[in-house]
Amino acid sequence: MQKQLLLGDEAIAQAAIDAGLSGIYAYPGTPSTEITQYVISSKEAKEKNIVATWTANEKTSAEAALGMSYAGKRAMVCMKHVGLNVAADAFINSSITGANGGIIFVVADDPSMHSSQNEQDSRFYGKFAMIPILEPCDQQEAYDMVHYGFELSEKFQIPVMLRITTRLAHSRAGVARKTSREQNLVKLPENLKQFILLPAIARKQYKDLLNNQPHFEAAAETSGFNTYTDGKDKSMGIIACGLAYNYLLENYPDRNIPYPVVKVSHYPAPAKMIEKLYEECDSILVLEEGYPILEELLRGMLNKGKTIKGRLDGTIPRDGELNPVIVGSALGFETPQLQEIPSLVANRPPSLCKGCSHIDSYNGINEALEKYGKGRVFADIGCYTLGALEPYNAINTCVDMGASITMAKGAADAGLRPAVAVIGDSTFTHSGITGLLDAVNDKSSITIFILDNSTTGMTGGQPSSAFGKIEDICRGIGVEEEHIRVLKPLPKKHEENLAIIKEELEYDGVSVIIPRRECIQTLNKRMRDKFKEKAKA
Amino acid sequence: MKKDIILAGVGGQGILSIAAIIGYAAVETGLYLKQAEVHGMSQRGGDVQSNLRLSDKPIASDLIPHGKADMILSVEPMECLRYLPFLSKEGWVVTNTKPFINIPNYPDEKQLMAEIEKLPRHIALDAESIATELGTAKAANMVMLGAASPFLDLEYERLRDAISFFFGRKGEDLVKLNHDALEAGRKFAQNNMN
Repeated sequence: MQKQLLLGDEAIAQAAIDAGLSGIYAYPGTPSTEITQYVISSKEAKEKNIVATWTANEKTSAEAALGMSYAGKRAMVCMKHVGLNVAADAFINSSITGANGGIIFVVADDPSMHSSQNEQDSRFYGKFAMIPILEPCDQQEAYDMVHYGFELSEKFQIPVMLRITTRLAHSRAGVARKTSREQNLVKLPENLKQFILLPAIARKQYKDLLNNQPHFEAAAETSGFNTYTDGKDKSMGIIACGLAYNYLLENYPDRNIPYPVVKVSHYPAPAKMIEKLYEECDSILVLEEGYPILEELLRGMLNKGKTIKGRLDGTIPRDGELNPVIVGSALGFETPQLQEIPSLVANRPPSLCKGCSHIDSYNGINEALEKYGKGRVFADIGCYTLGALEPYNAINTCVDMGASITMAKGAADAGLRPAVAVIGDSTFTHSGITGLLDAVNDKSSITIFILDNSTTGMTGGQPSSAFGKIEDICRGIGVEEEHIRVLKPLPKKHEENLAIIKEELEYDGVSVIIPRRECIQTLNKRMRDKFKEKAKA
Repeated sequence: MKKDIILAGVGGQGILSIAAIIGYAAVETGLYLKQAEVHGMSQRGGDVQSNLRLSDKPIASDLIPHGKADMILSVEPMECLRYLPFLSKEGWVVTNTKPFINIPNYPDEKQLMAEIEKLPRHIALDAESIATELGTAKAANMVMLGAASPFLDLEYERLRDAISFFFGRKGEDLVKLNHDALEAGRKFAQNNMN
């Protein structure tokens, strides 16, 4: 079959479709978005009646996928690394319930924080949950691992993590597909108490999980994704995890690596291969795209064994993603002489689009807050986080999904008046609702802006779970009707909006201001599509 | 055969359409290809690049190593300079000269052009003007692709086929317009290669 050019994300999606997937659930998050997007847009997936849907947040995604697994079908849940923090409760406990139909957690990490607030390494979570982790080195392996992952999940009745990083997620290469597999039929777990984590049952199942560890280790030695390649020069042995393996190969154009190499793409890490490497070589170089997890394990707390080189001893920078030159320098190659960037080249940070409704919202907020002074706007995660930059300098915090409302509440409790929260519509339904309930119950004196552009903008305009529901949600939670104010954020409405904002800032209680105007990107796209439709007709 | 190309521009300028056409032509030629893209936050008007790697042998890294790129193909003049650390000593810079100014501290245009003129191997052209003369400024990216074409080691006909493939659905007129744009860019480069 001819190879298809696919992003790493798309290879995973296509593999899931081919491997008999019945449902995929996700909340959009860079660099994981394109997996679910691909299945949603796939004709083939539609013909196969595969459920593909954006959910309110990663936790609801994970639980829906677990429910599908309970019912015997194959399910996938996709998220960015920080999304796993949100889904962590479901994720960790799913290792105790185990799986029925195969279930894969795809987690896309973002080392170097291209589009994220940290660079946490999801392999820690996988180890924490004590489940198998697959970490592909390229697009083809990503494709193959989805097939294998579902089989592994069903064989041991255990969720499997597929961990990728930005460069694989968003890089395209030729991928060969396997033959399609039918979906599973609905089939209940043999033990109908398997998913009841009452302590008495959980204790037993936790023991099962512990007893399964040797099987997971054995699988990692034999799956073929981990390899030992011998080399003549035993002065150093190399462990290369996931994508790092490619950067290693890149440094040897003839692929003739003088050192013994263990490629690690399947965890628990293959202890036998690593032991052989350790016994045979004078020192070990560990290449990991992420935190120094294996490196730390090998060093131990006291680091009294053989020399272990990597991120902890400074051979490789402690933070940020790897690249061929960083790996080359760790291998002892000279860093090439590079041309310099001329000093006149200016930074070009991302910015709010021309005509974006958030611009008008921030102009209003900034002016209304002038008399109180800077430092009182608690913001959240989305396009509007760009309000932190020039020329707006409009916000003071951005921590995690939903933290705007709750941090504003805490600061108001401390006596900061006014305290302002800024949150997007999609982020509000992701993790803002419960915080609003806290504020209402405590009658906290905060002014909340729910910037409603009617989409999940930053990730490319996916539908927002909040669409058409925001006022009802606020009312339902108990925000007073007269303090739910809807604005149209447009330059010509500036004065009118400003008056309303000023009024609500003075109110001693919870008020919600909803500046509502569609995202300029989705609006443009809608107009283009409409134009095309008309042209066709 | 190995060609490592950094495609550069500003989020929203459509560098991925150039990547898609080169990619299609490369695959039709039977070459291996890897293409790393930027998605997410930077797409909002920030600097964006794509690493496009073509080879007749399997490609390992998704990223082009520093100092190894054979070409920087930039649809914006300042952006072509940002990636100079990736360019090999023999590498070419092919850049559009029309600035995209969305920051307050954009450099003086004369000084910027002087920096580009200093590069030992470069092609600098006003792709918008050339495309506008042909009928639409929208074809500027195909002018840029044409200007890069003499350095790509891909058969010219394959690039034309790729354009037919991508624009075919939109009608013959648009295919021809983009073919013309490709040709105009190519001619410019051939006349300015020294």
